[in-house]
Amino acid sequence: MAEVLVFVDHVDGAVRKPTLELLTLARRIGEPVALAVGAGAEATAPVLAEHGAVKVLTADAAEFADYLVVPKVDALQAAVEALSPAAVLLPSSAEAKEIAARLAVRIGSGIITDATDLEAGAEGPVATQAVFAAAFTTKSRVSKGTPVITVKPNSAPVEAAPAAGTVEALTVAFGEKSTATKVVARTPRESTGRPELTEAAIVVSGGRGVNGAENFAVIEALADSLGAAVGASRAAVDAGWYPHASQVGQTGKSVSPQLYIASGISGAIQHRAGMQTSKTIVAINKDAEAPIFDLVDYGIVGDLFEVVPQLTEEVKARKG
Amino acid sequence: MSLRIVVCVKYVPDATGDRRFADDLTLDRDEVDGLLSELDEYAVEQALRIADAADEAEVTVVTVGPEDAKDALRKALSMGAHRAVHVEDDDLHGTDVIGTSLVLAKAVEKTGYDLVVCGMASTDGAMGVLPALLAERLGVAQVTLLSEISVEGTLVKGRRDGDSASEELEASLPAVVSVTDQSGEARYPSFKGIMAAKKKPVESLDLADLEIDADEVGLAGSWTAVDSATERPARTAGTIVKDEGEGGKQLAGFLAEQKFI
Repeated sequence: MAEVLVFVDHVDGAVRKPTLELLTLARRIGEPVALAVGAGAEATAPVLAEHGAVKVLTADAAEFADYLVVPKVDALQAAVEALSPAAVLLPSSAEAKEIAARLAVRIGSGIITDATDLEAGAEGPVATQAVFAAAFTTKSRVSKGTPVITVKPNSAPVEAAPAAGTVEALTVAFGEKSTATKVVARTPRESTGRPELTEAAIVVSGGRGVNGAENFAVIEALADSLGAAVGASRAAVDAGWYPHASQVGQTGKSVSPQLYIASGISGAIQHRAGMQTSKTIVAINKDAEAPIFDLVDYGIVGDLFEVVPQLTEEVKARKG
Repeated sequence: MSLRIVVCVKYVPDATGDRRFADDLTLDRDEVDGLLSELDEYAVEQALRIADAADEAEVTVVTVGPEDAKDALRKALSMGAHRAVHVEDDDLHGTDVIGTSLVLAKAVEKTGYDLVVCGMASTDGAMGVLPALLAERLGVAQVTLLSEISVEGTLVKGRRDGDSASEELEASLPAVVSVTDQSGEARYPSFKGIMAAKKKPVESLDLADLEIDADEVGLAGSWTAVDSATERPARTAGTIVKDEGEGGKQLAGFLAEQKFI
């Protein structure tokens, strides 16, 4: 069976959920082989094996942390040359997309980004994408070289599928361009204690209607009652009420959770582009004419400062 | 020595318009107005700020696109860019991102550059990979997704705010950078700027000028193929309730029904 190379997104050995989703998709196409680079690479092996990786290639070197993107491209290229895989899958993070692109042009292959589903096809893997602010769904494939495909979080379930997960060290020769961009300092983002926005099963977002940074406490309280991530519309971020890292929309994060709750968000195209593929959509807005109500499964026309706290209390009561 | 800054911009369909596919599954450009991609305005803005801070600098804006793409160039010129390069060729129709990066790399090389500035992504394809592809093709440093940028002598520095960390980056010129929508509000063209833009030079190049074969680009030369495009079915009308004091509880009832609580 053909091998499918999966690039592992991990933080010091802790594998992030989208990588496990990639293993589910990789098993539809062939035998998953994972590549983990950087500090803690070897520590990723047990969980990758648990989810279907037959082999885990690892490489650790200071270059991966000290220089931007290119050392990881060098590693991935070495893995592709060693395996000649049927496809290369990466998560759709900003960095992994850049790695994927550079790899594709180096190995003379086409690239598809932000797939929301992947299946085996007669002419190679077929990727589903949501385009034009998710108004259209396309099916595409790579027609030249080894398909390089990045996949959005929440595109597949995480499935247990125990495999050998044999660890093998990969030899990587860094090219002279690999040290071109130096990472002079790195400040880890402070953890909010909430799930990662793009990976969360439930997202609670606030917009213009929240009307002030301090009022986001109402949104956060609902999120915490549901174990959800907090998002914000561009209007709320531009007003300085919530950090840009939480922005949902065209210029922020694109999310696809099981449940999306929009509070005080009108639903401009900019915002819809980032959340329209959510499975269930709920909105609370004062304006009955707000475009967000065209998308919802359930909507409340009302004051979010009345409705959201009542909902939060009710969720807590029901959860006991 | 004059700092040569090249800004790569894209002419895109207006996202608030009705964007659709043509019969060959490329973008239908006839049915919707086009404009300079909003995210590229940030690139033009940062290029102009860097140019202002330098002793001597020239900002050239480059685009690859059909005849109408001149509108995007004109907008950038009215903001203050000095000159423009328009790569236009019928054989470019349907070119994918890999092909576009080839064309842009050749055009940028022909123009001459110390610093290439791009937006973080286009507002139509939205892949966000063109700057990385360009750096790979040009064989120069990639300093991308910056929310702050400065050029000090022959060094470009910037801050990249990623998902898990914020990074301070540094590279020697020549380099390809991309800037985010957090990098600073783009200026509006002044009346004077708009008038001046009409007299600024726009150079037209075709594939032959760039020594690119037609079969390396276009729909046939694309390394990806779109097999189908289906309009997403309208979401079935949901339940909309006016809050009469029990809205939160009603919503909780819906969420419980759907097994979210």
